[in-house]
Amino acid sequence: MFDLNGKTALVTGASGGIGGAIARALHRQGATVTLSGTRAEALEQLKVSLGERAHVVAARMDDAPDIDRLAKEAEAAMGKLDILVNNAGITRDNISMRMKDEEWEKVLQVNLTGTFRLTRAVMRGMMKRRFGRVISITSIVGVTGNPGQANYAAAKAGLIGMSKSLAQELASRGITVNCVAPGFIATPMTDGLTDDQKKGILARVPADRLGTPEEIAAGVVYLASEEAAYVTGQTLHINGGMAMI
Amino acid sequence: MSDIAERVKKIVVEHLGVEAAQVKEDAKFIDDLGADSLDTVELVMAFEEEFAIEIPDDAAEKIQTVGDAIGFIKSNAKP
Ligand SMILES: NC(=O)c1ccc[n+]([C@@H]2O[C@H](COP(=O)([O-])OP(=O)(O)OC[C@H]3O[C@@H](n4cnc5c(N)ncnc54)[C@H](OP(=O)(O)O)[C@@H]3O)[C@@H](O)[C@H]2O)c1
Repeated sequence: MFDLNGKTALVTGASGGIGGAIARALHRQGATVTLSGTRAEALEQLKVSLGERAHVVAARMDDAPDIDRLAKEAEAAMGKLDILVNNAGITRDNISMRMKDEEWEKVLQVNLTGTFRLTRAVMRGMMKRRFGRVISITSIVGVTGNPGQANYAAAKAGLIGMSKSLAQELASRGITVNCVAPGFIATPMTDGLTDDQKKGILARVPADRLGTPEEIAAGVVYLASEEAAYVTGQTLHINGGMAMI
Repeated sequence: MSDIAERVKKIVVEHLGVEAAQVKEDAKFIDDLGADSLDTVELVMAFEEEFAIEIPDDAAEKIQTVGDAIGFIKSNAKP
């Protein structure tokens, strides 16, 4: 089950905690992977640790020409693109009354607009080959909201609406479009939280612990697989029971 | 170059699974040949490949009939 031999995948944000785990998991199932992010050095390190079947294409998700180049170079490096994992994402938290236009725009640009642009750029090849898997990493916050994260929650909710629309457009061509919504996962993004904040969060998590990047990656592997061909337009919540939706 | 017309018609027949006799020059892809909007995108992609040309989005939007496609390709394909 979930054999990805012969499949190719592009993972954005592969230099981060969750993206790195996703790239490893897809690679372990047999896929050839292209790792993207802005820090070329971190990407090269991951590539070395993966060994064969790994490529690096650094790119900025807030730069339209760079996104088109990423799509082209990833397809060229691997010969085709079967699986796109839109995982790159940032936060710029602030209560709304104090949120600056720049904070709002930056988060929307990287998390939502960049994701749409990249997905659009890779659709053509998937349509031709009658196979594709688009998996976007949204967040529990995109469904429940979170004080201080109006920008982030809007972008993550946007990904869900976008994915449902693309899923309907592309289903007849063998392309599925889904989201994975992590709860709180132990990564550099959440390392920044204070102990008090962590305690507050755990009080709301029935599983009583943070999740691991590998637990998110497992959901991505499933959605990327042939076995998940009939799953589209869905959001898979992986959150230790923090929200049941 | 009626050859172009033949090649265009062949692509339309194969892609939309319609009878060759239906593929007249004034036949509309969507209204007459049962294409959906994604089919029209794919037809344009197939024309681009067959004739090694680029059909920009604004031109693609104007290609609504078999004749439109033949006309565009005739005036843009390399001889
Ligand atoms: N951690 C959690 O608890 C949690 C919960 C829910 C959802 N998520 C989502 O999961 C995804 C991964 O998060 P993470 O926790 O692994 O965060 P992370 O470790 O901070 O990784 C973020 C990744 O995004 C990339 N990135 C940021 N800005 C970019 C830009 N402008 N252009 C291209 N790449 C950019 C980073 O690349 P560089 O470092 O190379 O710039 C990095 O690889 C994000 O979408 C996040 O919103 C995380």
